[in-house]
Order: sequence, then structure tokens, then C-alpha cells
Amino acid sequence: MNHLPQSWGRPRDDIYGAYDHSYLQSNGPNQHTQSPIVTGTSVIALKFKDGVVIAADNLASYGSLARFTDVKRLRSFADSSIVGFGGDVSDMQYLDRLLSSLDTREAYCSSGHSLNAQNLHTYLAKVFYKRRSEFSPLWNQVLVAGLDAESKPFLASADLLGTTFSAPSLATGFGAHLAQPLLRKVAPDEDAVAKLSEEEAVQAVKESMKVLFYRDARSLDKYSIAVVTKAGIRLKEDEKLENQSWAFADKIRGYGTQVN
Amino acid sequence: MFRNNYDNDSVTFSPQGRIFQVEYASEAVKQGSVVVGIVSKTHAVLVALKRNAEELSSYQKKVISIDEHVGVAIAGLASDARVLSNFMKTQSLSSRLTYGRAIPLERIVSAIGDRAQTNTQHYGKRPYGVGLLVTGVDETGPHLFEFQPSGMTQEMVACAIGARSQMARTYLERNMEVFVECGREELVKHGLLALKESLAQDKELTVENCSVGVVGIRGEGMKTIEGFKLYDGQEVKKWVDLVADGAEAEEAMEVDS
Repeated sequence: MNHLPQSWGRPRDDIYGAYDHSYLQSNGPNQHTQSPIVTGTSVIALKFKDGVVIAADNLASYGSLARFTDVKRLRSFADSSIVGFGGDVSDMQYLDRLLSSLDTREAYCSSGHSLNAQNLHTYLAKVFYKRRSEFSPLWNQVLVAGLDAESKPFLASADLLGTTFSAPSLATGFGAHLAQPLLRKVAPDEDAVAKLSEEEAVQAVKESMKVLFYRDARSLDKYSIAVVTKAGIRLKEDEKLENQSWAFADKIRGYGTQVN
Repeated sequence: MFRNNYDNDSVTFSPQGRIFQVEYASEAVKQGSVVVGIVSKTHAVLVALKRNAEELSSYQKKVISIDEHVGVAIAGLASDARVLSNFMKTQSLSSRLTYGRAIPLERIVSAIGDRAQTNTQHYGKRPYGVGLLVTGVDETGPHLFEFQPSGMTQEMVACAIGARSQMARTYLERNMEVFVECGREELVKHGLLALKESLAQDKELTVENCSVGVVGIRGEGMKTIEGFKLYDGQEVKKWVDLVADGAEAEEAMEVDS
């Protein structure tokens, strides 16, 4: 076996033939991320009168393979905000380190000042936009949940292009198609949010997670859920979907192992 | 023969442990006309005495607005102050752009403090020849900071720097207990009275030679701030008249009649 560093991790020449080194040479155009590799699926979030509920399952898929089943995709920031990551998991881990260093810097700099969810969302959107402008995007869509400068519930999305938007309920990935309509039924507008209780919001989010597990083939029944209020963050990272009923699937034909 | 060998640059200590270039820079601050700053629970004000180089010229600019929530008053080399205030404007704007947040006062003050300190530690550089009073409001309320060419910064309840500022400081020290509860107008009045203390014998406060800067909070939180506003010329007349010689006497007479 060749022990030289340049052949580490490569197929052995004596078995597989000469390795094609051409793609390692940098005389062609520089290539950045063309697609995400290990991915997380939906993140869903819903505002209620005193805060925000946010949830994401604990799965990191490698293509269609359910590769890692214990990946935490909700990250707390400064004990006051939650960021939920959809999309590439390695880019999520990079952003996690970036946010850790930001948090440390902020904490050292001065007392009495901290970045709220709104500040955090602005910052993340700028990071995304900078990276897409370098043609090296961070392949994520994130939801930022927390409180704004006036301590009102705050929920907004930022994605790999630097696009931002905000709504009473938000969902990324498959959830944007499956969960979003269910959440909108509970909170169609800000007036409805002002009347929504925490229990109702948590219930709606849990129900949506269940629907996502039923219909999204890249999802898992283990999930994380967080509630952000003025009192702080309650983050549970090892939840299991309860009261599943697959009765509806009985009549569905044409998928999986069955032939007719 | 007896030349001072320790003041050629700002990186060499004298055997007495002094850095002469930094001390000379502090002298430049004392050449500038006086500026006064006071802070209360709700407001921070800057009051400055402007000079004109000659009869035919305009008066110098002493108070500069940095951002909606920050303003500075300068004493010393105006050109150095321009460099520092441009830097502060950049920092303030970048905080608004990156985080959507007005930069905390403590943060922007330590930024210029660090910058000034580096100038005292590199060969071939010189300290800034300007002192600043930085006022503003942030999440933690109104603030007043003093900045010196050495890079020293500190938070103050009231402060005066510039020529003959000792007289103004004495006034401030005598009245410092009352400042904290003062409203906007009272604070400006105290500022002008302090400024008046440090005037030369034949000088008096006029609308031409006074600048006033005010910033404050209206209620809780950052959304309801009273942005930094600079008052010049006729806008300061009501305050100048308030502290003019004889103003107190007139009031007293009205009471008598």
C-alpha cells in the first residue's frame, strides 16, 4: 500500500487501476458546493401569544439513506433564541461554530447588551448572502425563533441565497408544502397569534411533525422541539412522536414493496 | 545640551516613566475651546464653546452627529477629530447593517480607545491630538464617555475638556448630585452655566459661539429614543438667554413686583 499522503483515502492502484488525478488539478475553474450532501429535512415553527415553538426531527440523510439518526438541528443562541437548520449538515456545523464565536465575542465585549433573535436573523442573512455572492453558498434554510427588540415573539427565515421573510408560521423544505397549511389553519395572521396559547401552538406543531413523518420519506419519528418565551428557552432534544396511526396508509397502493 | 531625548516618538519611555508625545497630545486638547457634557437618567447633552479664527471667518464645528443615537463634542485638533468621527460613523453603520442594531455606546467608545492606543505603541505614528466627549443612548440608557489621546476612555456623569475647562469642572462637581434627576431643559441649562464659568473675562455666551447637542430616551426601550440633535445659531437663543447675565436678576425683579 502506498503510504504517501496524496494517496490517502484513494482506491489502490494495484486493484482499481491508475487513479484519475485530473479532477484534483486546479487548472480548471474553481468549483464550490454544487449540492448539499448530508441533509436535514423540514424545520417548522409557529408563533403564539408569548413566544415561538420550533421543531425539527433528529435525522441527517445521505441522499435517501437515513444515515445519522441522532443529529440535533435546533441550536440555542445566548439563552434567548433558537436557530433551526434545514439543508446541508456540514454547513449547519460550520454555522454552529460561527455562532459560538459570535456569542463569545458578544459576551466578552460588554455587559448589558445581547443580540436578540432579530439581530441574529439579520446577521445570518448577511452571512448567507455574502457566501452566495462568493459563489460558495452555505446550503441551508434556517428559521430563527425568539423575541425582537420589544420582547415580542419573532420568527423569520433566511436561506442560502440570503432571502429573508417572516410570517406567523414558517416551515422549510418538505414542511413548506405539508406542514405550513396545517400551521396556517391555527395561525392565519398576527391577530390569531395574539390569541394562540402555548399549549395550542405546541399541539399544532407536534401534529404537523407527525404528518411530516407520515408523508416525508426523509424524516424520522425522533425530533427536537423548543419553546422560546420571555422566561427563556425550553429545548427538548429527544422527543418521540406519539399516537401514530397508520390506518390511513392501508388504502394507499403503488408504493413500497407491494406490487398492486 | 539639555535637550529632552525622550520625546522624539511615542514608543519610548522617559526614565521617569513618562511618554512625552502622549503628554504633548494631551496639551493639544487643552488648546481647544471648552466642551461640556452631562448625563441624567433620561438625557445626555453636549454643550460647546465655538471659536472663530478671525473676525471674517465662520465658527468652528464642535459637535458632530455620528448616528441617530450617538454624538460627539471635540476639543483639540479638528482634523484628527474628523478621522475619529468618520471611523465612528463607519462602525455605527456597520453594526446597523450586520445586526440591525444600534451600536452600544461602550462598544463604539472602546473601538476608538483601542485605535488611539495603537497609535501610542507604534514607531512612526503619533497620538491623536484631540479629546472627545461621546454621548448617546442604547439599551442601557443614556451615557457620557470621555476619550483622551492616550486611548483612555471612561464613563462620566459630567465632564468638561478643553481650554480653561477646570472652571467648568468645578461647577459640575458642585452640582453633580442634581444632574441625575434633571430633565432635558435643565440639563442644557446646567451645561451652559458650566460653560459660562470657563469663559474668559471679556467673553460672553452668544448664539454664534454656542453649540448644543441633545440625545435622550422617551420611554422604555430603543424604539422610543429622542435622536441626537444638534442646535446651532438661533436655535440656541432660548437657552443662551436663560443663562445670560441679568437673566436671574430679571426673574427676581418680577417676583418682587
